[in-house]
Amino acid sequence: MTEQSYNFAYLDEATKRMIRRALLKGLAIPGYQVPFASREMPMPYGWGTGGVQVTAACLIPEDTLKVIDQGADDTTNAVSIRKFFERTAQVRTTETTTEATVIQTRHRIPEVPLAEGQILVYQVPIPEPLRFLEPRESETRRMHALEEYGLMHVKLYEDIARHGAIATSYAYPVKVEGRYVMDPSPIPKFDNPKLGGNAAIQLFGAGREQRIYALPPYTQVVSLDFEDHPFEPSKAEHACDLCGSEVSYLDEVIVDDQGNRMFVCSDTNYCTTRQGEGHTGRLSQKGEAA
Amino acid sequence: MFEAEILSGGFADPAHDRARAFRACLEAMARPGRVQTITGAIPPAPLSAAAGAVLLTLADETTPIFLGRGHDTEAVRKWIAFHCAAPIVAAEDATFAVGIWEDLRPVSQFAVGTAEYPDRSASLIVECDDFDRHTVRLSGPGIETSQTAFLPETDAFVQNAAMFPLGFDSYFAARNEIFALPRSTKVEAL
Repeated sequence: MTEQSYNFAYLDEATKRMIRRALLKGLAIPGYQVPFASREMPMPYGWGTGGVQVTAACLIPEDTLKVIDQGADDTTNAVSIRKFFERTAQVRTTETTTEATVIQTRHRIPEVPLAEGQILVYQVPIPEPLRFLEPRESETRRMHALEEYGLMHVKLYEDIARHGAIATSYAYPVKVEGRYVMDPSPIPKFDNPKLGGNAAIQLFGAGREQRIYALPPYTQVVSLDFEDHPFEPSKAEHACDLCGSEVSYLDEVIVDDQGNRMFVCSDTNYCTTRQGEGHTGRLSQKGEAA
Repeated sequence: MFEAEILSGGFADPAHDRARAFRACLEAMARPGRVQTITGAIPPAPLSAAAGAVLLTLADETTPIFLGRGHDTEAVRKWIAFHCAAPIVAAEDATFAVGIWEDLRPVSQFAVGTAEYPDRSASLIVECDDFDRHTVRLSGPGIETSQTAFLPETDAFVQNAAMFPLGFDSYFAARNEIFALPRSTKVEAL
């Protein structure tokens, strides 16, 4: 059996120790990007190699793992990572948010509030929020050291000058505990309010960029804004067409060649749970819910 | 020396035990002041089971260790050499420091990181008898409102928090229990 010839949770013990030390430093300095010696993983960069390494370093045999990709449990990335850990760590997996102890996520925070005892692991493509403003790592590192975040405010201001509003709609920068400006990974800004005051531990892994950072529970996280242009979490102005929820984040799906479209919850577990409870939306099939 | 004592006392099931011990460290660092159970190590005295487990989980040849005076025994040195392969060094070069509070003072001797790399700092593992007598109130990241805890001293940790994002992080170990105090936690005497 190939999988049994691997160490628990795939990575060797020395690698896990190195990642674990980085995670603890990350928790001690919320929002600060800790460099780590990211390993090659049996999946391409951009498929969550950072998140997978963080998950591997955190998993215990008693864990129940959930993996979501843009909120969905059943997309390729989520299914492959779930299978990877079923094989290499023999952990239980689930699609139910409340049953999971570790949730690896690509670009969403589940709709159901997380609880103590849960760990949310984010897959991060570009951990440096200042990277598109300043390409040199030596400079961005100095900017973080000096708390020199004026450039980020200029960027948001230019958004307002050009579009009349802050046009950034995902990977919206936040300030952690009044100190570090942090990239929350490409989650929609709708999810930003859930970053702060969250009961769960939030860990961020960027494999290609070799950075780990973290938010302990109940950390103060503020989305950057201006007094006259306050931060606004936004979503499509519709209700879910399958479960009728008016508060969840929605995906827009084109359903035919005539340009007809439907809106569905991006959090598939939230949506199916609601449908199971008898909630219906505009396009629910009559009689099927019964 | 007692060879058996030095060669034994590691994790019985290393990958799984280490994962569980790390999870205790992770929960501890994420929720300052809250006590976690950590088991699996049987190190030679005066190392506590908890301190031994933290070392088995986090220390290796890349993490130099400083031993406080009371902990700098041949048995402890050999146990760490065999199980962690970590070099024993002077306080200012240490990634981890182990000892009772009096032996670790003055804590200004430990690395607190640099402005650009505040993670290049020491982690202290402070051996305690118990955590029963709460002396401080903690607040900050990881704490919903406030949390009381035992600390061997208040001033050193107030000063450490004032240096944020620089500073050292601490684990407090007694028997098979630990709690942590990251530099981000604000400390006030009760």
